[in-house]
Amino acid sequence: MITAKIRAGVAAALALGVAAALTGCASSDPLDSGSSASSDSKTIVVGSQQYYSNEIIAELYAQVLEKNGFEVERNFNIGQREVYIPQLEKGAIDVMPEYSGNLLQYFDKDSKAKTADEIDDGLETALPKGLRVLDEAEATDQDSYTVTKQFSEDNDVTSLADLKDVKSKLTVGANSEFQTRPYGPKGLKSVYGVDVDFKAVEDSGGALTVKALKDGTVQLADIYSADPSIKANDFVTLEDPENLILPQNVIPVVSDKVNDKAADAIDSVNEKLTPEALIELNTKSTADKEKASTIAKEFLTDEGLL
Amino acid sequence: MIIGQAFAWVFDPTNYSGYNAIPGRLWEHVWITLLAVVIASVIAVPIGYAIGHTRRARGFSIAVSGGIRALPTLGVLSLFGLLLGIGLQAPLLALVVLAIPSVLAGAYSGIESVEPVTVDAAKAQGMTGWQILWKVEVPLGLPLLIGGFRAAVLQVVATATLAAYVGAGGLGGYFFLGLKTQDYAEMLGASILVIALAIAFEIVFAVLQRASVPKGTADPSARQRQGSRERARNPIPEGNPS
Repeated sequence: MITAKIRAGVAAALALGVAAALTGCASSDPLDSGSSASSDSKTIVVGSQQYYSNEIIAELYAQVLEKNGFEVERNFNIGQREVYIPQLEKGAIDVMPEYSGNLLQYFDKDSKAKTADEIDDGLETALPKGLRVLDEAEATDQDSYTVTKQFSEDNDVTSLADLKDVKSKLTVGANSEFQTRPYGPKGLKSVYGVDVDFKAVEDSGGALTVKALKDGTVQLADIYSADPSIKANDFVTLEDPENLILPQNVIPVVSDKVNDKAADAIDSVNEKLTPEALIELNTKSTADKEKASTIAKEFLTDEGLL
Repeated sequence: MIIGQAFAWVFDPTNYSGYNAIPGRLWEHVWITLLAVVIASVIAVPIGYAIGHTRRARGFSIAVSGGIRALPTLGVLSLFGLLLGIGLQAPLLALVVLAIPSVLAGAYSGIESVEPVTVDAAKAQGMTGWQILWKVEVPLGLPLLIGGFRAAVLQVVATATLAAYVGAGGLGGYFFLGLKTQDYAEMLGASILVIALAIAFEIVFAVLQRASVPKGTADPSARQRQGSRERARNPIPEGNPS
């Protein structure tokens, strides 16, 4: 996980070349093999983001599809939404594990949806023709305001609404884009009336952010809710009664090539994907360093799906 | 067009106030860069002079500083960050590690570039080892040493963008923000600022380097040393190992 983050960081550091690199990606088209394969109507192409947890979920879908007799081609580690969504629309990818809130925001920037149900409703109309979402999993992987257990007990804070009673100075550590998000410090101020300072730590809630939280350099940190480090360090994720943070349930977005039988297969995995299950899957990657394919196989075997 | 947007970003007045204002970030960047090179110099110049003067341990020091040069700075930064926490310390240490090889090479090659004949002449005058170092070798080696600073500053000013990775500020924050929010004009704009800063440092050090050439050696009779002055301008292979 850390190496993946370092790799991401290096990419960021080489920022000058990024624009060029992006066009480079487009012109060399890593998805070429995918599009030729998907012309074969039996093959389903499963994609994944460049995020270890997303790859595990993609592997779950891929293996269960194979079990149900489909030919599957894997096209994992595709960078950002801006890159892979057009490939989905083109039909070069057929299945992609997504996160509900961000997916809706991608297609409908003005969406006012705040709860999981509102997001589902929004997604039904927002998706372009040829794409649809299947049932979402219970598991979410979303931004959070997370504190140490000590801070939670000392200040009697378990919810974002409790924060306004904390007298000491509060600093939140997160990736720099967190500051521009609606649920960032400005949202915290407008919804909960809490003033916080911001400290940019660019490892997406990884080891450096965890360290900063433990050191007390920051009192609040944005750690993704499916990140094993929350449990491992006994952190407390603050509740969000006003739905400031957009829910990000795991939700597969699929093309028309995914027929009822394939959809049922994917649904069968999603039914088993509880928040605890997702954290456990992630732990096997971060703590036990297992490969995504191994992790997926173990899970599906345990759940009787293979 | 993206270039135009990038320049528009650089000159956009809204970027000159508030939390993420350019002047503050620029100043942080300059401060981190200079601090790292100064600390690296305090460590590397005495060692470089010792190596150059005694002509000992040269192969060893070249091997070690070459090895250090190959360390990926982001890896070093993450490692120090996990040990020391977020803030200025970790990136500073990582940048010092990055700057040391260039300064070290500048220091010892400066001393070594002094002709043995000159050193012998100084000896014949009855100078002690310390006098030879301070009155002959250091002044004559100064242009090369400053060349070492110049190379170090150039590398550090570009790599100091990583300081933002662990919350230490600098111009790097714009890269991370721009990357994650698909604001490529912001990324390119920040790159323009870093490039401008690097060019400004280059000019300052080029002037310093020229001014540091001792008067006598600029004499036509010293022309045979042209080669070493060529090296003085660029003692280290260019390029950023990170």
